[in-house]
Amino acid sequence: MPDETTHLLDIQHLHTGFRVGDAFYDAVDDINLTLDKNEILAIVGESGSGKSTLATSIIGLHNPKNTRVRGTIAYNGQNLVGLDETAFNKIRGNDIGMIFQDPLSALNPLMRCGDQIAETLKYHTKLNKQERKEHVLAILERVGIPNPKLTYRQYPHELSGGMRQRIIIAIAIACKPPIIIADEPTTALDVTIQAQILDLLEDIEKETGSGIILITHDLGVVAETADRVAVMYSGQIVEEAPVNELFAHPLHPYTRSLLNSMPQLDNVEDKLHVIQGTVPSLKDMQPDGCRFAPRIPWIPASAHEAHPTMHEVGPNHYVRCTCYKTFHFQDALSSVEGGIVNVTD
Amino acid sequence: MWKTILRRVLLMIPQIIILSLMVFMLAKMMPGDPFTGLVTPQTDPSQLHRLRVEAGFYNPWYVQYRDWVVNMFHGNFGTSYQYHRSVASMIGERAVNTFWLALLTFVLTYLIAIPVGIIAGRYESSWKDNAIQVYTYITLAIPAFVFYLFGIWLFGYVLGWFPTSGSISVSATGMIGKVGSMLYHMILPALLAAILATTSIIQYLRSGIIDNKQEDYVRTARSKGVPERVVFSKHILRNSFLPIAAFIGNNFAVLIGGSVFTETIFSYPGLGQLFISSISSRDYSIITALVLIFGIFTLLGNLISDIILRVVDPRLRIQ
Repeated sequence: MPDETTHLLDIQHLHTGFRVGDAFYDAVDDINLTLDKNEILAIVGESGSGKSTLATSIIGLHNPKNTRVRGTIAYNGQNLVGLDETAFNKIRGNDIGMIFQDPLSALNPLMRCGDQIAETLKYHTKLNKQERKEHVLAILERVGIPNPKLTYRQYPHELSGGMRQRIIIAIAIACKPPIIIADEPTTALDVTIQAQILDLLEDIEKETGSGIILITHDLGVVAETADRVAVMYSGQIVEEAPVNELFAHPLHPYTRSLLNSMPQLDNVEDKLHVIQGTVPSLKDMQPDGCRFAPRIPWIPASAHEAHPTMHEVGPNHYVRCTCYKTFHFQDALSSVEGGIVNVTD
Repeated sequence: MWKTILRRVLLMIPQIIILSLMVFMLAKMMPGDPFTGLVTPQTDPSQLHRLRVEAGFYNPWYVQYRDWVVNMFHGNFGTSYQYHRSVASMIGERAVNTFWLALLTFVLTYLIAIPVGIIAGRYESSWKDNAIQVYTYITLAIPAFVFYLFGIWLFGYVLGWFPTSGSISVSATGMIGKVGSMLYHMILPALLAAILATTSIIQYLRSGIIDNKQEDYVRTARSKGVPERVVFSKHILRNSFLPIAAFIGNNFAVLIGGSVFTETIFSYPGLGQLFISSISSRDYSIITALVLIFGIFTLLGNLISDIILRVVDPRLRIQ
């Protein structure tokens, strides 16, 4: 691992718990993660794995009444966990930019697009109104808006989905933040627009040297853009590796199952592989033991660790639990019921 | 914008024509005629017949309708059977009273409802919000006349703060004295009517704020580092005002037309009271004129609401 001090963002033992009744249940459970400059770190996982909760913990957007965040998120010599609102507002937008999933609902319907971008500058720069406007026009041009002057005056409903997502990106990068968190930035877009938006994100990373945390459930997006990948399951990171290594040598049963369930264009099989069962709810999560074990019941209990930890299995490649050593797909042994769904049915 | 307004105004013309036809038909269906009130035991039936012919009573309905409309365009709404005075001048006198009462009620309504609604929405589920919820349930459930009578009893008789009837004191002199006296007579009815009218506005504002708090664009605003105070006023509140803006024009029209309760209970000489007394004395020419006026005010109220909504919500501005 590189020197600790050079990390742009250093997350250690992060726990984010939500209140259910009187108790807190950790949706993010003991996450250790780092982000460097000029790096796109992808966080992958299915719905409920805690990846968005991780993002909102970093930028401090949880409702403090129902949420408990513990651990450290070190940025620029300070710990973001437990920072008060005033101090956090100086960091949000200025040091950390956030790109949201649904580009229509993430924009205020009553404000002109240009003003929504300028608002970020208003609270983080000393620019006057005119300078802010010029700055916004330049950003609009940068994110690929064909007619910045027109779009500045337009309202979100007058733009297409792709254009709106560009506005969202413009808001996030307005102050050139060193860290950008993109929470499923392409999920609501169609495929050609997805590719354009991802290209734009990559260009921004190269230009500004920002570190980007890309949260997604789309492995295709990961393969295309990310430098490093962390796979999350049930609030924990189960595998972390450089992108090529992960796709070439996936080890954790969950990672392998995810990749296995991706439909392949060159595959003539009409069967779609699925992972049995669902992500356990917050309350049902077992505090100890391998959390993926219930979904691979054919693997004997002895294969799992009692207290799974991350094991370094290669350069910068980490895997949780020991079950990866003996894991095999269920249908590899017998031609099987549970792990396979017949699509033609 | 101006095109939209012009189109909406043009659209009102057929609406008003349909309204006037309905009012005309209802008037024709009512028993009696303009001369029924003049009939005494000494009346000569042939003279009554002559009067009816002169008034066009035996003309076909479309001729009568045309005459009625033409007269109205000339400001002639006919003569009151009961008071033998011009309906136009009777309505004119009282319309002034109703207008000022409605305006004061309107202003008081929003003056109370907006801050109260904001507090309820902002401090959702706090003791403040709960207290406001109790207030809205009471004002929603209580019948208007019970509330007014209670108000008159408490503020008029027990405390003696306000007059309980009339619109102006006979002894008031001078410009300032008259205006002051009018205001003094209006405060109690306007305040009580306003309190009842706040319920829906408070509830709309409260639920609007609570809904908008959860919206993604509010999260976007927070992620920009916008201070919470500004997030609330600029993002949450502005969006929560939309449903209320839709109400404003309508609300004023309702106040003009719905002054019936208030004015009757407070013996306030306005259109509502005239309407009730005309109904009980079957003064048809006044009733038809008032129904037409209330109807036109409702149409105008809707027009104003539409215009305001278009001004505040850019999504409605296209075309």
